[in-house]
Amino acid sequence: MTAPAGVAERLTTLVAALRAHGIRIGTGETVDAAQAVAALGLTDRETLREGLAATLLHGTAQRPVFDPVFDLYFPRGVGAPEQEAAGREDLRDRLASALAANDRAMMGRLAVEAVDGFGGYGSSPASDGWSSYQTLDRLRPQTLLARVRDNVRAQGGGSGFTDRLLEDEIRRRIEAFRGLVAAEARRRVAERRGRDEIARRAVAPSADRVDFLFAGKAQLAELRRAVQPLARKLATRLAARRRRAARGSIDLRRTLRGSLSTGGVPMKPVLRRRRPVRPELVLLCDVSGSVSGFSDFTMLLVQALHDQFSKVRVFAFVNRIDEVTGLLVHGRADPEGLGARIQAEATLTGWHGSSDYGMALGEFAERYGAAVGPRTTVFVLGDARTNMSDPNLAAVRQIAERARRVYWLNPEQTASWGTGDSAAPDYAELVEMHECRNARQLSDLVARLLPV
Amino acid sequence: MFTSVDDVAARLAETGYLASPAVATTVFLADRLGKPLLVEGPAGVGKTELAKAVAEVAGARLVRLQCYEGVDESRALYEWNHAKQLLRISAGRDETWDETRTDIFSEEFLLPRPLLTAIRGDDPKVLLIDETDKADVEVEGLLLEVLSDFQVTVPELGTVTATRRPFVVLTSNASRELSEALRRRCLFLHIGFPDEELERRIVRLKVPGLDEALARSVVRVVGALRAMDLRKLPSVAETIDWARTLLALGADSLDETVVRDSLGVLLKHQDDVLKATAKLDLDAL
Ligand SMILES: Nc1ncnc2c1ncn2[C@@H]1O[C@H](COP(=O)(O)OP(=O)(O)OP(=O)(O)O)[C@@H](O)[C@H]1O
Ligand SMILES: [Mg+2]
Repeated sequence: MTAPAGVAERLTTLVAALRAHGIRIGTGETVDAAQAVAALGLTDRETLREGLAATLLHGTAQRPVFDPVFDLYFPRGVGAPEQEAAGREDLRDRLASALAANDRAMMGRLAVEAVDGFGGYGSSPASDGWSSYQTLDRLRPQTLLARVRDNVRAQGGGSGFTDRLLEDEIRRRIEAFRGLVAAEARRRVAERRGRDEIARRAVAPSADRVDFLFAGKAQLAELRRAVQPLARKLATRLAARRRRAARGSIDLRRTLRGSLSTGGVPMKPVLRRRRPVRPELVLLCDVSGSVSGFSDFTMLLVQALHDQFSKVRVFAFVNRIDEVTGLLVHGRADPEGLGARIQAEATLTGWHGSSDYGMALGEFAERYGAAVGPRTTVFVLGDARTNMSDPNLAAVRQIAERARRVYWLNPEQTASWGTGDSAAPDYAELVEMHECRNARQLSDLVARLLPV
Repeated sequence: MFTSVDDVAARLAETGYLASPAVATTVFLADRLGKPLLVEGPAGVGKTELAKAVAEVAGARLVRLQCYEGVDESRALYEWNHAKQLLRISAGRDETWDETRTDIFSEEFLLPRPLLTAIRGDDPKVLLIDETDKADVEVEGLLLEVLSDFQVTVPELGTVTATRRPFVVLTSNASRELSEALRRRCLFLHIGFPDEELERRIVRLKVPGLDEALARSVVRVVGALRAMDLRKLPSVAETIDWARTLLALGADSLDETVVRDSLGVLLKHQDDVLKATAKLDLDAL
């Protein structure tokens, strides 16, 4: 395996990735982890996994986040497997035996082969990426159930009372195999994205095109300075939209009613009158470590636009939600300090420090439901990474039913939605979700989506 | 204390504790890094047993602080033996108060409790702080103090500092979430239900009379129950109890009748029993 120097670096990137997923890891734990690596050596990957989990994690709930991240930074293999790509039937045969024997190691190797053989997509194989969905769609492991069951029975493992358990046991093994395929596809995507990352950095993009998720301190500061000019530009565009809206669309019902006097021929189109009241805005912002750069910037921008609305209320959450409108109003003078002030003064976390959309959205629906009414447009800002907890779709549905519109701005690229612990596709079925990776996309979206 | 992860597993096994790779690795690191080990997991998966096994392997004395609601400093740390102090005061009538006071606040009248016991003396010790989540938050503060410096101050006597740090195991059922600060002091280990192979080995070890085929069936049924949506899933402790029951019943294989009649050993709630009966087709007859 790699020399110790390489390991130290991989360890720090692993820690950074875990932090980005909301796991709080201090320097003390990182030092412990390095000592663990030194004490355990690198020969056994699973031992290393347990050692790092023991030193870096503080709770059971963090483990489902840890394992896939560990797989990315300490992969079983790198690149593609050595052997020739096997045919589909051959692979299914071998998978059937592995399932019958409940041979987890073999299932792991077959998952690697399967993604390699059937998971690549794009104009030339794998030019665009790797998909576990496609792999499983071609391999159809669930259709092996009857065959595996008959195999086990034929080998005498199917008699007596426990025979009734067999099918469910095989189903659980197939489920486990699906998980292994997903992990392998994720690893390959990450390998590729790593290269993309390097490519993107080589042509240093302007601050408004830097991904919020990858922006450094300096770039975020630059973005904050751009808030006021951007807000002015947006205000102009909003005013133009408002004028157009005021000229307005035709009010069909009133036009037809007017046409009764002209024998039903609509002579005079009646224009819809603009409601005199300005719309209300509610922002729900994930401010956990991974996406705080994005949320901070968006909050500042909306605050700068506040006189476009009759009311703006802003709520921040990690796994609990709290209103921060006041902090935002009073903090206009000190945009740098906004994030820290929110973390210090609002109650954003309960028992642990990782984001929990389900909890936070549920709490919002329960405690602040009254903030949302038929004139309110709601923006949810966040990556929809639930740390494997329940996304609480019911709460979102409830909010969407009360609001005029709900938009979700997601700072992750669309291709990542639904990978790992992202519940983005589930939420996107309920509310309109937009990719919002950088300041440029944000200002386009704001100009287009903000109600006037 | 240990030379390798495998060494941990092998020596724990000699005492009758079969460690999963995760358990062996974490115990090894806790010893190497000299950090307390926080073990979380459902009831009956061997958290307490692990501490006992480590003590046995280390030839160490097991000092156990059993936590419960209302446990306090005088139960956890130390207490003065008031009765004995009173006797001493009434016995020494001719002394000045100063002399008496110095005397009654001396070692002789001190009742050390587990936390103090664990850090005094030179002999090796394993400190088991069991069911930490049952204790109140104030006690957690106390634990944090003791586990940070491994020293305890008795105002009348001075500060006791551990000359030899105990191997510390804290267990928790997560009935209450422990504080972040305490967690940070510890290595973290989650013990869940063992995989099929390990559980079969545990059953064979704890219930030697049970043959291999029946042990396998026992573990498979328990596995099926754990996949059901039950109020309380059977743990290793219940698997062992069930295996013992089957042995006592003289069953040499499983059938509907014997499973139906003994299901109560595995499942503690009546509605769980009903659900499992239906799912396992036990009322087919
Ligand atoms: N890995 C194992 N090796 C040997 N015996 C085990 C193992 N795991 C569990 N057991 C047995 O299971 C039983 C329950 O263990 P124990 O009392 O330690 O559980 P626990 O996790 O402390 O439960 P609780 O949370 O209820 O205190 C014991 O009889 C123990 O011997
Ligand atoms: Mg116990």
